[in-house]
Formats: sequence, C-alpha cells, structure tokens
Amino acid sequence: MQTANLLPLVLVLAVVAYGLALMRSRALAAPLGGIRNLKALPGYYAARAALWSAVPALIVLAAWMAFEGRVIQDIVIASLPENTWPESTGQASLILSQISNVAAGNLDPNFVPDHIRAAAGVLETVRDQSGDFKTMLVLLIAVLGAAFAWTRVAPHINARENVENTLRRIFFICAAVAVLTTVGIVFSVIFETVRFFGKVPISDFLFSTSWSPQTAIRADQVGSEGAFGVIPLFIGTLLISAIALLVAVPTGLLSAIYLSEYASRKTRATVKPLMEMLAGVPTVVYGFFAALTVAPFIRDLAEAIGLEASSQSALAAGLVMGIMIIPFVSSLSDDVINAVPQTMRDGSLALGATQSETMKKVIFPAALPGIIGGILLAASRAIGETMIVVMAAGLAANLTANPLESVTTVTVQIATLLVGDQEFDSAKTLSAFALGMLLFIVTLLLNVVALKIVRKYREQYD
Amino acid sequence: MTDQRSQAEIVRRSLKKRYRKERRFRAYGIVAIFIALASLFILFADIIAKGHSGFIKTTITLNVTLDSEQMYLDDPTDSDQVSMADFNAPIIAALQQHFPDADSAGQKRELNRLVGSYGSNDIKDRLSANPELLNTTETFEFQASDQVSVYVKHADNPRYSVRLSEQQQAWVDELVEKDVIGTGFNDILFGRGDSRNPGNAGLLGAVVGSLLTMLVTLALSFPMGIAAAVYLEEFAPQNKITDFIEVNINNLAAVPSIIFGLLGLAVFIGLFGMPRSVPLVGGIVLSLMTLPTIIISSRAAIKSVPPSIREAAEGVGASKMQVVLHHVVPLAMPGMLTGSIIGMAQALGETAPLLLIGMVAFIVDVPGGFFDSATVLPVQVYLWASSSEQGFIELASAAIMVLLTFMISMNALAIWLRKRLERRW
Repeated sequence: MQTANLLPLVLVLAVVAYGLALMRSRALAAPLGGIRNLKALPGYYAARAALWSAVPALIVLAAWMAFEGRVIQDIVIASLPENTWPESTGQASLILSQISNVAAGNLDPNFVPDHIRAAAGVLETVRDQSGDFKTMLVLLIAVLGAAFAWTRVAPHINARENVENTLRRIFFICAAVAVLTTVGIVFSVIFETVRFFGKVPISDFLFSTSWSPQTAIRADQVGSEGAFGVIPLFIGTLLISAIALLVAVPTGLLSAIYLSEYASRKTRATVKPLMEMLAGVPTVVYGFFAALTVAPFIRDLAEAIGLEASSQSALAAGLVMGIMIIPFVSSLSDDVINAVPQTMRDGSLALGATQSETMKKVIFPAALPGIIGGILLAASRAIGETMIVVMAAGLAANLTANPLESVTTVTVQIATLLVGDQEFDSAKTLSAFALGMLLFIVTLLLNVVALKIVRKYREQYD
Repeated sequence: MTDQRSQAEIVRRSLKKRYRKERRFRAYGIVAIFIALASLFILFADIIAKGHSGFIKTTITLNVTLDSEQMYLDDPTDSDQVSMADFNAPIIAALQQHFPDADSAGQKRELNRLVGSYGSNDIKDRLSANPELLNTTETFEFQASDQVSVYVKHADNPRYSVRLSEQQQAWVDELVEKDVIGTGFNDILFGRGDSRNPGNAGLLGAVVGSLLTMLVTLALSFPMGIAAAVYLEEFAPQNKITDFIEVNINNLAAVPSIIFGLLGLAVFIGLFGMPRSVPLVGGIVLSLMTLPTIIISSRAAIKSVPPSIREAAEGVGASKMQVVLHHVVPLAMPGMLTGSIIGMAQALGETAPLLLIGMVAFIVDVPGGFFDSATVLPVQVYLWASSSEQGFIELASAAIMVLLTFMISMNALAIWLRKRLERRW
C-alpha cells in the first residue's frame, strides 16, 4: 500500500482507539457512580489509547521509509550475477537507474542485457513485498498499541500523568530536532570532507591558487588533474560581499538613522514596511534582476566610458546583493539605535548640540558595537547567498580584485558541482562538501561573534 | 567678560555652518531611503515590463479544410494511418488561401513555420475525437510559432532579435492586418507543465510542485515548531541542555540555505536512499530550514501571554500541561500563525537547497503526488531565466510575478491575521 494511504489509515485507527477507550472508561465509571471515581477524565484514557496506537506505528513507518530505498537497492545489486557486480558507486547508480527504468516501463526490456531484466523483476517483487510487509507491520503495531491501551483503562490508573509525560517528551524531541539538524549538517559535511582530503591534500585545498575541479572520465585524458585551490573562490566571495556591504551599510545605516531620529510617525509607518519588502523578495528574483538587467547595464555603461567589463561582472552581483541586505542592516541598526537610552539624547541636546551632532558624537559611538554586530550578520548573509551569484556571477575562478571582471564564489561552486548527476567517489563531487564545510564554519563564526557582541551590548543598557 | 563674549561670538559664527551640516546629514538620510525605495521600484517595474507580455499568447485563426487526400488519411480511427498522415498539409493549404502566390516548396515550408509545432497535433487530436469531421472545413485557433510571437510582440524591442525572413514578416504583417493573427490571454501558462518550447511552456507543474512541497513543510514545521517553542518556554529546566538547544536554534536561523541542501543530499538522499527531485524530500529540507523561524516567533507569542492567565488556571487546579494546552497555546495562536505564515512564505521563495536535491530536472508532467519528480516555482524561474531561448525571458518574469503574488498574499494574510486576532494585554 502507498504511504499516502497508510498514513491516514493509521490516524483513523488512532481515532477509533480514542472512541473505544472513551466508551470503555465511561462504561467502567458508570457502576462506580460516575466519572469522578476515575483517576483521570475519560478523555485522558482515550488520548492515551490514541497515542499508544499512533506513535509507535508512525515511528516504525518513518524508519521503514527511511531505510527502505537503501535496503531494496542492496538486495537488487546482490541479486545480479557475480561477474556483473558494479565496481564503483557511480557504476552502481548507473545500473540501478537502468533497472528502475526497466521496472517503471520507461525503457524497453529488449534493449538491456538479461541480468538487468532479471534484476528489474527482482526489484518489482522486492518492492511489492516491502510494501506489503510495511502495511501489515504498521497496522499490526497500531492495533496492538490500541489493544494494550484498552487493557490499561482502569479506574485506579492515572492516565492524565501518562499522557502529559508522553506529550512533554514529544515536545522535548521537537525542540531537540534543531540539535539533530546541526549534528546532521556537521556530520554530512565532515564525512565527505574527510574523504575529499584523502584524495586532495588539505594544504593544496587551502593554499593553492588555482581552481578547476574537472577530473578525468578516462585516465589518459588531457588535463585530467583537477586543481582544488580554494583561494580564488574565497577572493571572489569576499569581493562580491565587500561590494554588497559597501552598498548596504551606508544606505541601511543612514536610512535607519533618518527613520528613527527625523522621520514623522506617518513616514516611518509607510517607509518601514516598504523597505522590509526588499527582504521578502525571493533571492531568485534578485538573481534574475542582476543577470538580465543590471549586468548588461553595467557592461554597456563601462563600454561607454571606455572600460572593458565582463557580462557577468562581480559588480552586478554585488550591487544587487547589496540591495537585498539593505533591510537587514537598517532593521538591525534601528534596533540598536532605539536601545540607546533617551537620557543620552536629551543630555546632548540640552548642551546645545544639533540633532546630527548628537547622532554622530553621542548615539553612534554608543550604538557602534551593536551596529558592528549587525554588519557581521549582514556579511554572513552575503557570503552564504547563493542564487544571486549563481545567476549573475561567473563560473570561471579568476584571481582578481577588479569588480568589472567575472569571479566565482564558494556557493556558486557548491551549486554547480552538485547539480545533476554526481559520483560520490570523485574528488569533484566531494570538493563541494569541503567547500560547504568551509562556508559553514565561516558563517558560524561570524554569527557567533555577531550575536555575542549584540547581546553583550544590549545587556549594558537594559 | 570679554572671554565669554568671544565664546558666544564663536558659537554664533559657527552656527550657520553647523546648521548646514545638520541639513546635509538629514539629506543623506533621505537619499539613502530614496535609494532603497527606488531599487524596490525599479526591481518591480523591470519585472513587470519584462513579464507582462508573458501573459499574452499569439494565435493564428484559420479555416482549415480537413481534406483526406492532402493528409493521406481515409480513416481517422485507424492509428497506423494517423501516425503516417500529414497534418501540416491542410494548415499550409489554409494559409495559401491568404497568399495564393506562395507556391514553391520553399515558400510552403516558410508558411508552415508561422504556425507553432503543435499545430498538427491540434488537428490530429480534434480528428481523432470527431472522425466525422474529415473532409469538412473547421476553424482552428493555432498557437503561432515562437518566431512569429516574438515578431508580433517585440518587433520594436532591441533586446529581442527577430528570426523571420522578410517574406515571412510581410505575410505576418498582412495576417495581423486581416485579424488572422491575434493575441489572447496565455491560458497555456496556467494549464500546462514545462516545455522546451516557450510557446508551450506552462507553470502548472511548478505551481503544483510548490503546493505539494509546501504541504509537507507545513505539516512538519508547524506542529514541530509550536511543540518546540512550548517546551522551551514552558517546560524546559534552566540547564546546559536547554542552553545548548537554544544556541543551536539561533545559529540554525543564520546558516546559509545552501547548507541545508547539502544536508538533504547527504542524509536523505545519500544515507536513506530517498528518491531525488521529489516534493517529499524538498519539503523535509525546507521544513528543517524554516523551523528556527517558526520556533523563534512562536516563543515570542508565548512570552506575550501574561503570567496572570497561567496563575489563574493553576489556581483553579489545572496541571501544567492543562494550563499550556487549554490557555497559553490558544491565546498565543494568532502570533504563532503569523510567524508560521511568514516562515512559509520564505520557504516558498527558497531555491538554493532545492537545486542540490535535484528539483531542477526538466519535468513536463504535472506531479500527482509527494513521490513524483517535481520542480517548484522559484526553481522554474531559475530554469527559464538560464535558458538560451529568448521567449523564456518573458515567461520567467511572468513566473516571478505569479510567485510574488503568492508571497505578497501570504504576507498580507499574516498582517491581516495579526491585526485581527492579536490581543494586546
């Protein structure tokens, strides 16, 4: 049975268990003189039955689904005759996709070798069997759970405590998912990164200045040695992020100052949401804008004044990214400026300083640590931004500081290396994970430092 | 005395300069706001200017005589004959009625190219459905070919290059004059999946894919986010584990989205062997990504419920869990909903992690379930924007307009909910 049908079925069973337990607890209470003689309200007995029926069944279902694909693949591969066993993971995925295409009817069985056709048959049987087993097991567990809960409907058992403890545990698990996600991220990048450093020395990765991740399909190919020096990518990322910050920091900061110190309430109420809209626009839209409008414009402009510009210039990507992070800088600075106590403002104005002098000489220095924290957060945002650079920056890893040339970034390389088919044992694919690890570490450091500065600063005035 | 006077004098003399500085500073602020708002305006104006033509299609309306001899077809129900038949011949004949001089083989071929590649399919489909129409004259509204479409819609736009011969341009001009070539609302955009051919490409597949992905995201991240927020605000003991969880959530909120794509690729596809390109995996990855946003806003909503409510409930004998589930959560629900809708709008516009888990494949069919290969709206924008075919630029902009419409209405809904339901204590 399809999971899409199995899931509602389990939920229906849980509802049935709820109803049955409700009726049973009422029936048990009646001869005792009403439900006040039960340790818990009937609803709690019912809720416990529903939990007993649904939770274990759903856990088993999720676990089955998580490992089903993997196990079936292994069984199918094992069913192949020994001399056709794949030698590499790349070959294995090729064979597997052939087999599943035959099984799905997308590929004419007459065009493939016998062993593939046989394996397609195995795939179908195993898949059917797995589906049947899964359905039976899950339903059995649901029914057993409900039956167990049914036997535990008794006046002296406090079902409320059971239910509340279970719920509290479920809530804790939900909160812990954040930790699991972090662990998952760390492990998925570390695992592949270690394998990458087994193929490419870590010193080459960190200190070499050339990046061309092409590895040979055949061993005798020309230029088969890939180069995995991360420095050009890093310079490219820094160049684009620096341009973005050059746009966003003055614009965001000055508009935050104007909005918090000078603007009337009405102006603020209209301008602020409009600026927040800039933060809500999807990054792919900015990418489109950068690639199809800003980049050609900059190229034409540069040509008009006699400079040579690439059609995928770092400037275009940086400018548009800057526009994107204006609202981050402005809303973070706005928070910090507002956190500066009014007494400092009043004191400065009372001494005869103008508003701008108060701002520049009193409030800005007081708010500076918070503003720097905000800028660091914006920088981490710029470094991790993907779509704008994928669409508007180039692929060629040029080691340059000229904003009119095309550069590439860490995120662009991750995206291009991993889109399409991958072989998990080639240095090319694995390098994307090493880049991901680098990106994760850098942004994490920036965030931790920024959050620390912001928090420390806030405590000073609270 | 003289000292004081001279100081006052100095202040007075510098006043003009200081006021000028004050005005200049204020002007900087206004310029900064102007730059931000102007970029927003230019962005939207540019998208609309590029995309409005994507909602218009170019059609050629012809009276076609379904002549059985021209098509080499006696029996439209015979599938062998249908597969051999020449359905272009009646189209050419119908066009020749307008241009009797176009007689040579080359000219016929040029005439045929005015009608899009699906023209013959239109005839085939209508004939197979109604075999009795053979040898009658029927009116067909064909999709014009992409070249004709570009010529009709963008002849004066230097960004588009017209790829019609002069002869064809003259024909098209005449047909436009005669109202044979016209324009209409592009229903294909909302009625079909993707295509290699801009004239036949639609958004339906991407919209359905987005919907399925968002359903998975909502089903996972909304209950989990609320449960986590409730735990952290109401139940969590003050200890290292809780601190660790909180630090984790705050950091996850700032992790670049592409990293979540790496997680999806390595864990869900690599380790668990889940299929590529499917809404289920996309939804799981996006829900892990939006979870921190939802938790943070839900916690703020729970915090804003005054302690008096909790104390009153506890006072009449409610257990901690009853206080939370019966009073705190319902009162905090509007704030939680608002935060979740905003998180969902973010997830709807997210592209980068979905690229890595294979949701960029070229998929023609509209997905029918959580396990079908699918793409989503922002990825469709990316695919069309990076296509070399010039007709896709206007489609990408049109898709952006559809995407922005969805996002703006979600945000408007969130604002409306907040205004409508949120209580101030």
